[in-house]
Amino acid sequence: MIQQVVFAIILLGFSFFIARRISLIKKGIQLGKQTPLTGSTSARWKNVLFIAFGQKKMFKRLVPAVLHLLIYVGFLIINLEVLEFIIDGLAGTHRFFAPFLGSIYSVLMNVFEFLAVAVLLSCVFFLIRRNVLKIPRFWSAEMTSWPRMDANTILMVEIVLMLAILTMNATDQLLQIHDPHYTATGSLFFSSFFIPVFENLETGTLIFVERFAWWFHIVGILGFALYVTHSKHLHIFMAFPNTYYAKLEPKGHINNMPVVTNEVKSMLGIAEAGATPPAEPGRFGAKDVNDLSRINLMAAFACTECGRCTSECPANLTGKKLSPRKIMMDTRDRVEEVSKSIASGGAGLSDGKTLLGDYITKEEINACTSCNACVEACPVMINPLDIILELRRYVVMEESGSPASWNSMFQNIETNFAPWKFSPSDRFNWPKDQA
Amino acid sequence: MNIPTLAELTAKGQSPDVLFWVGCAGSFDDRYKRVTLAFAKILNAVGVSYAVLGTEENCTGDPARRAGNEFLFQMQAMSNIQVLNGYGVKKIVTACPHCFNTLKNEYPELGGNYEVIHHSAFLQQLINEGKIKLSVDNAFKGQKITYHDSCYLGRANNIYKAPREVLEALNADLVEMKRCRTTGLCCGAGGAQMFKDAEKGKKEINIERTEEALATGATTVAVACPFCMTMMTDGVKNKEREAEVNVKDLAELIAEATGL
Repeated sequence: MIQQVVFAIILLGFSFFIARRISLIKKGIQLGKQTPLTGSTSARWKNVLFIAFGQKKMFKRLVPAVLHLLIYVGFLIINLEVLEFIIDGLAGTHRFFAPFLGSIYSVLMNVFEFLAVAVLLSCVFFLIRRNVLKIPRFWSAEMTSWPRMDANTILMVEIVLMLAILTMNATDQLLQIHDPHYTATGSLFFSSFFIPVFENLETGTLIFVERFAWWFHIVGILGFALYVTHSKHLHIFMAFPNTYYAKLEPKGHINNMPVVTNEVKSMLGIAEAGATPPAEPGRFGAKDVNDLSRINLMAAFACTECGRCTSECPANLTGKKLSPRKIMMDTRDRVEEVSKSIASGGAGLSDGKTLLGDYITKEEINACTSCNACVEACPVMINPLDIILELRRYVVMEESGSPASWNSMFQNIETNFAPWKFSPSDRFNWPKDQA
Repeated sequence: MNIPTLAELTAKGQSPDVLFWVGCAGSFDDRYKRVTLAFAKILNAVGVSYAVLGTEENCTGDPARRAGNEFLFQMQAMSNIQVLNGYGVKKIVTACPHCFNTLKNEYPELGGNYEVIHHSAFLQQLINEGKIKLSVDNAFKGQKITYHDSCYLGRANNIYKAPREVLEALNADLVEMKRCRTTGLCCGAGGAQMFKDAEKGKKEINIERTEEALATGATTVAVACPFCMTMMTDGVKNKEREAEVNVKDLAELIAEATGL
C-alpha cells in the first residue's frame, strides 16, 4: 500500500513538472506572430505521415537512419509497456496485462526485449559515432559543451533504462520458478542471457533487485520525460506538429508581406477603392523572437541539432560563420530565455537583448545564399532560411544596415531597373551586339 | 537578328504565344547575352511565336527580396505585373532560374498569374516534340559533360530532369558530380550574394564547386543560370583550366549542336 501511495505521489509530481514545462514552452511559442495557414490539409497530413511518422527524409543517410529507426520503433512500442508499469504501480498488481493476454503476453515481452536490445546497441553505436569517430557535424562551433552533453546524456539514459528492463525480466524469471506471485511469462530470450549473473542470489536479494529495476525503470522514464522538455530530444514530439505546419509552397517561394503590398499599392496609386487603410505595420522583418512566426518558434523546439542542415550549407562548408543549425538553436535559446523571464516576472522581451545582435550576427545572415540546402536536408522539415530572411528584412527596412554593395544594388534597381549600373535604355541592345 | 517586341506585335494586332523574359543578366552581362542570343536563334529557327518586352522589361526584384528589401521587390513586381497584365501575357519562358522562380511563385500573390517555364523545360519540350532535331553525330557526341544544378531550378522548384534530358539528347557522356540534384552544391551567388563580396571564410563557394566539377573529368560544365555561369566560369579560370574546360548554357549547347 505504501508503495502504491509513493508511486502515485511520484507520478503526480513528475506530471506536474512536465505540465509546467509544456505550458512554458507553449507560451514561448505563442510569443510569435500568428500567420494564416494556407494550402491543402491533406498534403499536411501526408507530410506528418510520411516524413514524421514514416521518417522518409531520414533515409537520405542510411546508417544513421536504420539505427534511428530502431530507437524510434523501440520508443513507440516500449511505451506500451510503460502503461502496464503505471497500472501496476497504482493498483499494486504485477504484470497486470499478463492474465488477459495469455501466451500473447510472452510474445509481446520477447518483442519488447528485442527492441530494448536494439535500442541499446543503436545508442552504443551513436555514442561511438559522436565521441570516437567524431563525425564532424557533431563537433562544429555551435556544438559547445551543453549540446554535446545533452546528446550523450540522452543516449546514456536510454542505455541504462534498457538495461533496467532486462535486469528486471531476468530476476523476474528466476522468481517465477518459486513464487506464484510472479506471473509466468514463459521464457524471455534476451533477458535469459542475464540470468547467470543473478541465479546464485538469495530470494530476498532477487526480490530487491527486481523491485529496484522496476522502480529505476519507471522513475527513470518519468525523469527522462521531464528532461526531454529541456533538451533537444523534444523533437520526438515536436517533429509531428512541425511537419504538419511546414511550408507547402515550392522551396523557392518567399512569404509575401501584405503590409508592404498595401503601402506599395497606395504609393503607385493602384490601391483598390474602399480598401481598408493598412493597419499599423509594426516592425518590418524580425529583430527578436516575437517578430517571427509561431511556426518558426515551434520549429526551434523541433530541432534535435543533428546538423544535417549545417553539413550541407555551402557557406558553412567554406568556413563562413553561418550555420543553419545555430540559427535554430539560438532561436530556441532566446525563446526559453524570454519565456522564463516572463514566468518569473522579469523583463521578458525588454531585457535589452534581441535575437539579432545578441544571438545571431549580421555576418551570419549575410552569408546565406538562399540555396535551400538546409531546408532540403532537415529530416523534420525545419526552415532556417525563413528566419534568416526575416532577419534580413529587419536589417534593410528598419536599420538600412545592409552591406554597402547591397545598398548600391538596391539603388541600381530603383534608378536603372537592373541590379547593375546600366542604362535602362540599353536593355534591348543585345540583339545588335552580335555581328 | 530580328527579335520581335511585344509592343510591335501588339501594334500590329498580333499576340505571340509566349513571352521570352530575358532578365537583367541576359540583357546586360556580356557572357550571358550570348546565351540570350543562342536561345533567340533557337526560337527563330523552330518558328516559335514569341516576343520580348525589350526596354519595357525591368528587374523582377529577386535580389532585392532575397537581400531583405521587400519594398523594392514589391515596387518592381507591381510595375512588371502592370506591364505584363496590360499586354495580356499568358505564358512566359525565361533562361534565368531566379526570374523564373519569382515570376512563377511570387508574382501570383501580387496579381500576376502566368504559366512560367524555364528554358530548360522549354528546350526539352521542343526536343520531345521533334521541333529541335539533333543529329546523332553532333559536335558533342561522346563528350564528357557534367551538369551543375541551379538551386533555384532544383531544390527551389524540383526541376532536375529537364536539363538532364536536354543534355542526353546531345548524345553526350553525362557525368554527375558527387553532390547533385537535391544535394547539389550552390555556386555561391544566390540570395543576392552575386551583388556583394562573400563573408569571411576559408574558401570561395564557387571554387569548392568548380573543384567538384573538374573532378568529374568533364570537358564541358553545363549550366542553366546566369549566376551559376559567372561563378563556374570564374572558378574554371581560377583553376587555370579554361583552355580545356568550357562552361556553357544549355541553349548554347543546343544551338551549337544544331549548327545555329
